[in-house]
Amino acid sequence: MKELICIVCPKGCHLKVDEEKGFAVTGNACPRGAEYGKLELTNPTRVVTSTVRCEGGAHPRCPVKTDRAVPKGKIADVMRALDTVSLTAPVRVGQVVLENVCGTGVDVVATRDLICP
Amino acid sequence: MYDLIVIGGGPAGLAAACAAWEGGLRKILIVERDRELGGILNQCIHNGFGLHHFKEELTGPEYAGRFVKLLGETGVEVRLDTMVLEVTGHRQVHMVGKSTGYRVEEAKSIVLAMGCRERTRGAIAIPGTRPAGVFTAGAAQRYVNMEGWMPGKRVVILGSGDIGLIMARRMTLEGAKVLACVEVMPYSGGLNRNIVQCLHDYDIPLYLSHTVTDIRGRDRVEQVVVSQVDASRNPIPGTEMVFDCDTLLLSVGLIPENELTRQAGIEIDRRTNGAVVYENMETSLPGVFACGNVCHVHDLVDFVTAESQKAGAAAAAYVRGGGAAAPDRVLEVKNGDGVTYTVPQRIRPHRVDKLCGLFFRVNRVCGDSEILVKSGDTQIARFKREHLAPGEMERIDLPRALLDRAEGELTVSIREVEQ
Repeated sequence: MKELICIVCPKGCHLKVDEEKGFAVTGNACPRGAEYGKLELTNPTRVVTSTVRCEGGAHPRCPVKTDRAVPKGKIADVMRALDTVSLTAPVRVGQVVLENVCGTGVDVVATRDLICP
Repeated sequence: MYDLIVIGGGPAGLAAACAAWEGGLRKILIVERDRELGGILNQCIHNGFGLHHFKEELTGPEYAGRFVKLLGETGVEVRLDTMVLEVTGHRQVHMVGKSTGYRVEEAKSIVLAMGCRERTRGAIAIPGTRPAGVFTAGAAQRYVNMEGWMPGKRVVILGSGDIGLIMARRMTLEGAKVLACVEVMPYSGGLNRNIVQCLHDYDIPLYLSHTVTDIRGRDRVEQVVVSQVDASRNPIPGTEMVFDCDTLLLSVGLIPENELTRQAGIEIDRRTNGAVVYENMETSLPGVFACGNVCHVHDLVDFVTAESQKAGAAAAAYVRGGGAAAPDRVLEVKNGDGVTYTVPQRIRPHRVDKLCGLFFRVNRVCGDSEILVKSGDTQIARFKREHLAPGEMERIDLPRALLDRAEGELTVSIREVEQ
């Protein structure tokens, strides 16, 4: 039995996950908590948010995120890959800035508009 | 003459302006001192925003972007790069902007949505030298996320509020070594999920009941001394730990920014450091409303949005109704045991539609508990919670029927249930 705090929402439910009963989750207030509890012990994942360079926009950095969660072990690789990205304004929210980052099958997308001032 | 002037273009101001537009007002002005709308959300690039309001997990800039887009579909006027200098008791707003110069605009109603600012080193009087390298966490967040500067390489964070926790992760991802997160209280001021995904994920130690007792360094921070504190929060000699670092980030609380509010003669609540408000977010000055972090510091932007929509709709109703209504019966809301503040502080039962939302904070961590609402000596409502903590704002909804029967004062208190 493993105890976890759910990070799916601000509520932060105290979960208990039973590895011997097919990762059965108790203490969750919603189905997403059950999913998180199982995943956290089998293949923990996180959405990575960071910034990339941007030329010609109102700010020199453009915020980005992985459009789905990536394996926790890949976070450092994703950060290194983002160092190589440089955008040119205008940038639109949702625009893909890096496809299939580090072979995860997940795209990195811009999280704001950056227009030329 | 504007129907409504909204002071501040962050999440509170944006939601209030949109709601007032929906409520039928057409001459609305938002005054924002930054060069873009969105407020602090623009630098909060992490995700986790919007689960209540948008039913999905957004980053801060995405959340702001949604509201800026909604606002673009209205005829609300926006003045950027413009600072409000004074609000008078007659709802005149003095402002100065780069392109418009000094202007005095009049409004039938005003929404105060100026947000809050961070407590600094001076506010908590940390001993030591005064080198470079001491930042508030939010300032560091702006440098890293918007301006592209790294504030330092080896970091100690004082305070375990959400901004401090988020910055612990952020600095780590950008290549800094975060040596410790230090919290003077015996519990964290941040959300549990942030302890997990910002500290545990990156093996950053959290020292509860500890504080910074010395900052050393001539030009730049060289060392930070951390000591354990006793139950009265006094440092315990002999417990000093020395961290070799170049940066100290402070996440030691937020102060609602109410200079304009005070100057206008609006009554302030010493507990929230924000205006005293009625059930519809109206302040003691009729036609002037306050919402978001300027009213009380929130944990979640979704709650700011909901509160601000209420304020915007109430401003619209005020203008449509042609000004102040006749005085109503007022219930004062008081803190009972374990409660540090409530918002609203005053309820006019006749103005409540079906339910009156009441926000409050508790002063200690509790397990299974009951929230009790009393009118005089009579208990009129009871709510159960499995967990209460000072870092997590609580909300209860009081039905109109109960408020109609209540007299004089309402007292909100908590009681931990014996196991």
